[in-house]
Amino acid sequence: FYANFRRVCVLFLVMEKSKQMYHCFIIKINHEQQKEFRDTARKFAREEIIPAAPHYDKTGEFPVPLIKRAWELGLMNSHIPEHCGGLGLGIFDACLITEELAYGCTGVQTAIEANSLGQMPVIIAGNNDQQKKYLGRMSEEPLMCAYCVTEPGAGSDVAGIKTRAEKKGNEYIINGQKMWITNGGAANWYFLLARTDPDPKAPANKAFTGFIIDADTPGVQPGRKEINMGQRCSDTRGITFEDVRVPKENVLIGEGAGFKVAMGAFDKTRPPVAAGATGLAQRALDEATKYALERKTFGKVLAHHQAVSFILAEMAMKVELARMAYQRAAWEVDEGRRNTYFASIAKAFAGDIANQVASDAVQVFGGNGFNSEYPVEKLMRDAKIYQIYEGTAQIQRIIIAREHLAKYTV
Amino acid sequence: MSARVLVGVKRVIDYAVKIRVKPDKTGVVTDGVKHSMNPFCEIAIEEAVRLKEKKLIKEVIAVSCGPQQSQETIRTALAMGADRGIHVDVSGKDYENLGPLQVSKILAALAKKEDVRLIILGKQAIDDDCNQTGQMTAALLDWPQGTFASQVDFQEDSLKVEREIDGGLETIKIKMPAVVTADLRLNEPRYATLPNIMKAKKKKIDTVKPSDLGVDLSSQLEVLSVEEPSQRQAGVKVETVEDLIKKLRDSGRI
Repeated sequence: FYANFRRVCVLFLVMEKSKQMYHCFIIKINHEQQKEFRDTARKFAREEIIPAAPHYDKTGEFPVPLIKRAWELGLMNSHIPEHCGGLGLGIFDACLITEELAYGCTGVQTAIEANSLGQMPVIIAGNNDQQKKYLGRMSEEPLMCAYCVTEPGAGSDVAGIKTRAEKKGNEYIINGQKMWITNGGAANWYFLLARTDPDPKAPANKAFTGFIIDADTPGVQPGRKEINMGQRCSDTRGITFEDVRVPKENVLIGEGAGFKVAMGAFDKTRPPVAAGATGLAQRALDEATKYALERKTFGKVLAHHQAVSFILAEMAMKVELARMAYQRAAWEVDEGRRNTYFASIAKAFAGDIANQVASDAVQVFGGNGFNSEYPVEKLMRDAKIYQIYEGTAQIQRIIIAREHLAKYTV
Repeated sequence: MSARVLVGVKRVIDYAVKIRVKPDKTGVVTDGVKHSMNPFCEIAIEEAVRLKEKKLIKEVIAVSCGPQQSQETIRTALAMGADRGIHVDVSGKDYENLGPLQVSKILAALAKKEDVRLIILGKQAIDDDCNQTGQMTAALLDWPQGTFASQVDFQEDSLKVEREIDGGLETIKIKMPAVVTADLRLNEPRYATLPNIMKAKKKKIDTVKPSDLGVDLSSQLEVLSVEEPSQRQAGVKVETVEDLIKKLRDSGRI
């Protein structure tokens, strides 16, 4: 009896010490509507994205017909609030859809996801007029938007961006250079982060301002479409802003609030990015498994050789865990809690395993895997960016360490 | 046009699933297996919704007979554009014995109760391949039938139905009320878009029992056993025509 009593006390102390309330984590994926959303996304991905993906990968063309179709089916812009004509879906629902689309092609999915990233600052920080004007139009036509923060000289170090915005009367004049902007050439409007306080000593949380900029504003010059390793149909460009005039009505919250707005978007957009990486990993696992059950060597199918079946088992472990990670992160933020810790874990983990699983898939395919006639080499090329965009693998670790250590210090 | 259309939708094992026979040979494994709407029923719903969009009919009612899970299939029909659903609650032994005769009795009773002018069904279900429900329903109601429809033209009080038959295409004119069964090339069913899935949540699904409709579900059929088709035997190669004839004679084939 005493031994059990001690065990219970220790358990209680451990739980108390970690200052973590143990939430009963019930994933509501059995919710009818979520299953139906996921089924529509799955059908679209398998029947329309997968057949077209190799063509778009080869040509690098922006997949306009697929994006239009996704928009018609309601698979895009899921976060837009209902008062702007959107579905107002939570992050969990969005993640389920994103995973299915990514299974088809992560290039197409990134083009669609970049819309959510560009819209998120407006959704979390826009006033009524800004939301009606810039989110409303997304529900009326299949338009794209983009999130312009990264520059040629500053990616992870957001506080190091040099694009400046000078106030002149009722306008701001923007000058600077942005780089690696997804949907840069296709966007109808941009969310832009610029430095409004020229004093280099000004703290990050006061020096930057978020703006909404119409793409047809004079002075906005998208550069050439960049040719990348993977997700090649996604439109990535440098953009030059030369004396671009933005009305003060297009400032989000107010001058100096930009850093918080830009970073706040990530807690909501990192889980879907993790979901995208998981979709890619699931595709790699499925393709490798199908191949391993067909290809014969040394008298039996590949899958019946333990070396290969162990590779598949480890791939499966990683995919399932990545899925649970993004679902936890999405559920936390939908429940109204700060999910930074879980969002970073999900994104870091999913990005890393997507690369491992895609590489393993090529390995299972052997010589065929290296060849462009088979689907897995594309997955390996597409997977790499998941360790880089939306916060590099290294930045995620900085965030996770910070959040983790904060739980142990008073 | 104030016509109401009744569309039957059946919940079946998804066409992409690899079917496995239960070890006790009483049927196929259904537990935990993915189910979806019978593809021909999807085509039937699509046709009904298109008629409504053309304003040729007033209301599309989706019907499914089965256990609680049949409501999922009705929800899909609602997400595709049906106005309301009727779930005929049949479970347990009754559900195992549910065949075309029982379903057609239910549909006939519902058609009278809901004052329906047109019944559209899939030509057959992909699980039993019976291809009987449409025909039996028409017979029970004493209504004309246009089966294997690849095109349906709505005219005031009648339908021009183009049917796919073995010899080619046959076009018939039938008076309404009538029963039509949909064949593959009738149309391309639409996706359930996300906004429509959300709207479908607000649409009504009524649950009724077969006894409420005065239908007797007893079956004259008994399934004796369900088995896999026999495995294809390996062939044998022979060198000459004489060898072939000898082998055929030896095995009693000629």
